[in-house]
Amino acid sequence: MDVYYFLFWLFSAVAVFAALRVITVRNPVHAVLFLVLTFFTCAALWMLLEAEFLAIVLVLVYVGAVMVLFLFVVMMLDINVAPVREGFIQYLPLAATVAVIVVVEMVLVVGTRAFEPNTLTAPKRAAAGTSNTEALGELLYTEYLYHFEIAAAILLVAIIAAIALTMRKRPQTKYQNPAQQVRVTKQERLKVIKMESEK
Amino acid sequence: MELALQIWEWFPLWFRILVEVLAKIVVIVVPLMIAVAYLTLAERRVIGFMQVRMGPNRVGPRGFGQPIADALKLLTKEVIVPTNATRFLFLIAPILTLTPALAAWAVIPFGEGLVLADIDAGLLYVLALTSMGVYGVIIAGWASNSKYAFIGALRSAAQIVAYEIAMGFALVGVLMAGGSLNLGKIVEAQSGGFPGWFVWPLLPLFVVYFISGVAETNRAPFDVAEGESEIVAGFHVEYSGMAFAVFFLAEYANMILIAALTAMLFCGGWLSPFWGDWLATLSAIPLIGWVFAGGVHWFLLKTAFFLFCFLWFRATFPRYRYDQIMRLGWKVFLPITIVWLFVEGIAIVAGWQPWLI
Repeated sequence: MDVYYFLFWLFSAVAVFAALRVITVRNPVHAVLFLVLTFFTCAALWMLLEAEFLAIVLVLVYVGAVMVLFLFVVMMLDINVAPVREGFIQYLPLAATVAVIVVVEMVLVVGTRAFEPNTLTAPKRAAAGTSNTEALGELLYTEYLYHFEIAAAILLVAIIAAIALTMRKRPQTKYQNPAQQVRVTKQERLKVIKMESEK
Repeated sequence: MELALQIWEWFPLWFRILVEVLAKIVVIVVPLMIAVAYLTLAERRVIGFMQVRMGPNRVGPRGFGQPIADALKLLTKEVIVPTNATRFLFLIAPILTLTPALAAWAVIPFGEGLVLADIDAGLLYVLALTSMGVYGVIIAGWASNSKYAFIGALRSAAQIVAYEIAMGFALVGVLMAGGSLNLGKIVEAQSGGFPGWFVWPLLPLFVVYFISGVAETNRAPFDVAEGESEIVAGFHVEYSGMAFAVFFLAEYANMILIAALTAMLFCGGWLSPFWGDWLATLSAIPLIGWVFAGGVHWFLLKTAFFLFCFLWFRATFPRYRYDQIMRLGWKVFLPITIVWLFVEGIAIVAGWQPWLI
């Protein structure tokens, strides 16, 4: 049991540290990499909670795909740090208000009776051999089928919208149609010209 | 012997588990590294013969000392860090490419029960780890403070993300047919010899998976990330010495991993290609019978075949143009996998599962 506690404290410490560095580090690329580290340690924490499917999917989707594209975009931006920091004092009151509201909300939620340590009992460990993936799949496709389908439909709409935004044809861009390119025949490209030989 | 056992029992449990796991890791990684070293030699020799020349044959008997000579040369060279490079990221990038390529081997079953970690979500784990390898490439390109390296990194990132989706869909087909995410169970579902392999019912997914695997490892004809003729050497143009060698190791370790996965998911892993009466008769032959029964040697043989395909592709195909790579990934492979998943779903619902012989 001690190993679990050790790992828990290790991963949570790294997660909190990395999350803090995301907002304090100066270089945006370093910030993205710290965000990757945060995701990764969170996945490790989920793994400790025996949610291995969710943990691996977090790594696969967020670390493996979303953050790669994020990094891709951030690397190409030429961010000048000074102008970004100019408005700091100006926006401070608004940002502070938002931060206070968020903190108060969190205290209200976490401070309720449901989260008191004495009323909570530790959840039982799953018996060896239970498959987290199977259990999740069974719940998703039976009890929560409608929620699942609605979420899928919303995501599909979002995908179509995102693609539709990029589908506008700009007149100055040149497109190639490989199907048309390979169908080209000799008659279209070659012309044999008969001419008198020069003397 | 008994004394040794008693001394062993005297150690605490966690220590014994630690030693055992570390020993298993060494047993997997050391042959893997040797395989990587000799794959570089095999590549140069095979491509040499395909191009009607000899390849390296001077160091040691038949050139077998070549990988060792190369490793020694790279070890003794200086690791140069370019000016204004981000030093920490520059040095950690090669390690970030190598680690996932090695860590994925933890769940690969070499034979029946011969696996380091027999986890239920094995297939997902492999997919998650292979998708992590791209970070090393991107970070190397960015931290080098070089335009060529940066362009190589951008190309590689877009390519890997594009092909990962087709690859993931192909694996969904495999897990639907195998009925499990556990790699050992997927192999066992392919019992029944040559006709029982998933390569037959899932032929389009097999083709998509293997070609995506070639693209994922940045090998020819998809090696625009390091296209020498355009951007010198791509993301590792600024690397020298051992840092460069680690990139090299990672690339070849990834190739072996993809080949092993293809052999396992589509060609029955350690299972023998013989079936029925043939298998019974052949494996009953004294002395050489074990060759025909299933075992690690079949797995290694199949992996070697797919590795040969990697080299064969490199010697055969010209490099793709970048927009054609993107078109192939998004507009050809993705629809093929989706259509085939649909067909497979219908087959399963209708109870028509030819792979369950």
